[in-house]
Formats: sequence, structure tokens, C-alpha cells
Amino acid sequence: MLSKSKIFFKGTVAVLPHMLSVIPFGIITGAIGVELGFDPILVYATSLIIFGGASQIIFMQLLSGGASSLVAITSVGVINSRHLLYGAVLSEYLEKLSFIKKLFISYFIVDQGFAESNKYIKQNKNLSNPHYYVLGTGVTLWFCWQLSTISGIILGSFIPEELGLKFAIPLTFLAIIVNDLRKLDHVFVMLVSGFASLILFDAPFKSYIILSPIVALIAAFIMLRFKK
Amino acid sequence: MTWFSIIVSGIVTYFSRMAMLALIDREMLGTKVKEVLNYVPAAVFPAIIFPGIFFNDFGLFVEITDPKIYGAIVALVVGFYSRSVIATIVSGLLSYWFIIFFLLK
Repeated sequence: MLSKSKIFFKGTVAVLPHMLSVIPFGIITGAIGVELGFDPILVYATSLIIFGGASQIIFMQLLSGGASSLVAITSVGVINSRHLLYGAVLSEYLEKLSFIKKLFISYFIVDQGFAESNKYIKQNKNLSNPHYYVLGTGVTLWFCWQLSTISGIILGSFIPEELGLKFAIPLTFLAIIVNDLRKLDHVFVMLVSGFASLILFDAPFKSYIILSPIVALIAAFIMLRFKK
Repeated sequence: MTWFSIIVSGIVTYFSRMAMLALIDREMLGTKVKEVLNYVPAAVFPAIIFPGIFFNDFGLFVEITDPKIYGAIVALVVGFYSRSVIATIVSGLLSYWFIIFFLLK
């Protein structure tokens, strides 16, 4: 049986490749905040308090563009509502955890961490302490995110823009789902979500981020009915 | 006012992370819902991937010759056969850089 620290470490290792996109993205987030004219302390506070890359950038862009607090907060809520889906999936693995531990672990639920944890826990059903894996991914991503936004705040966007490192973001997420392309039912759901996001892209409050998954999950539900 | 917005946004975000995990009883979810939840990664991540590839910074569709499309295809093929996260990302970035720094120069 694996010890707790070994499971934690496995989670850490699993998300390390994603740093190729997380670190540049963090630097850009910190740098953009300062460029937009926010106090460095405020920019960092978004990393600590909101802790969600895309939503932090949109939040600061909206406020600096003169949008009301209500619009900025709503946008953050809409963009981050996808975590509800992650929580629903993880709740199956973390059922036995105490309420307090669940409250603690929740803060560390991030896209890449969720995806890697989900993959690993599914393959290792008898894992005794799956929450250490989730924590290993989340805490690692948290540290790298804090450090990279701080360096972006202090040093500005020192990564040349010509490198186009923004492209690393779709690539990390592609790396997460590429293995599921072997399953046709998953491919179907992915295509529904992808095309829905292209069609819904201009929906208000960046809501395509949650509307497309909902459309895709409804498609999955209908598909499952036909399979039977 | 900005501090207020950050703190409320933080509470909203934390709630989105915590609500389903800590407040919902598993028994409340039927077997059908649980089956559908298997597709959460397939349903969520393409909605981040597709716009990242097919839209430019101004929210307009890129042209069919856009380097991002070819970088993504390389990453897709390499990732599919290697099953490796690092190989997927690195091959996508390298092929993208090859196109923008060598082919398009």
C-alpha cells in the first residue's frame, strides 16, 4: 500500500508537465494586472483569494474598463461555475472524508488537478487515501500559480510575446483529454462541447465556458438513453 | 470597492469548488446522473480548447492556414500515440514555433 506522502507526491508529479502552460499564464496574469494599473497587492490578492487564472484576467480587465463590480463578480462566478462539475465528480472519490477536510481540499480544486486526479483515481479504485493525490495536484498548482503571478507582477511579462505561449493553454487541456479519443462516446461529447463553444463564444459573461459543457452533458444523457 | 469585488469573487469561486463536494449528499445523485458525470472532462475541456485554437485575440475565427491549427494537429497525433502529457504539449509548441519562426519567415 502506498503511504500518504507517496500518493501526494504522485499527484505533484502528475501535474508537473502542465507547468509549461501554468507558469507562463501566471506570469502573464500578474503582468496584465499591473499594466492595467492595479496596485500590485490587489493583483496578487486575486491569485490568493480568487485563484483561477482566466477569471482573474477577465475580472481585472472588466474593472479597469469601467464595468460595475456586479458585472465583474458575475463574470467570475460564471467562468468558475465549471468547478461545480469537478466537485460532483470528485465527491464520489472523497465521500468518506470529514466535512472539515472537504472544506479545506475544496480551495485546491483546479482544472488540471481535477483532470489528473480523476484519471488516476479511476485507474486505482482501491486507493486508500485518494484525497492526498487531489491535494498533491492542487497544492503544487497553487504554489506555482502564486509564484508565477508574483514574478509577473514584479518583473512584468518577461516572456517574449512572439513565443505565443498563450497557445500552451489549449495544449494542456488537449493533453488532458487526448487519451479519451480512443472512446467514441467521449469523442462525440467532445465534439458537441467544442462546436457549442464556437457557436456560443459571444454569449454574455463568457458563459460559453459553462453553457457548452451543459449542452455536451445533455447530449451525453441523450446518447446514453439510445445506447440502452 | 475593488477589495470588496475581489473578496466576493473569491467567495463565489470557493463556493463553486466546495458546493458539490461538501454540501451535496452522494445519495441525492441518481445512477443516471452519475453515468453522465463520467463525461465531465469530455464536456468541459473542449470548450476551452476549441476557442483557444480557432479564435484569435480579437474573438474572430482564424484562417485555415493559422499555425495554431497545425500545432494542435501535431499535438493531437503525438498525444494519441504517446499517451504522454509532456509529449503532447511539447510537440504542439515545437511544431507551432517551427511554423512561425521558420516556415513563415
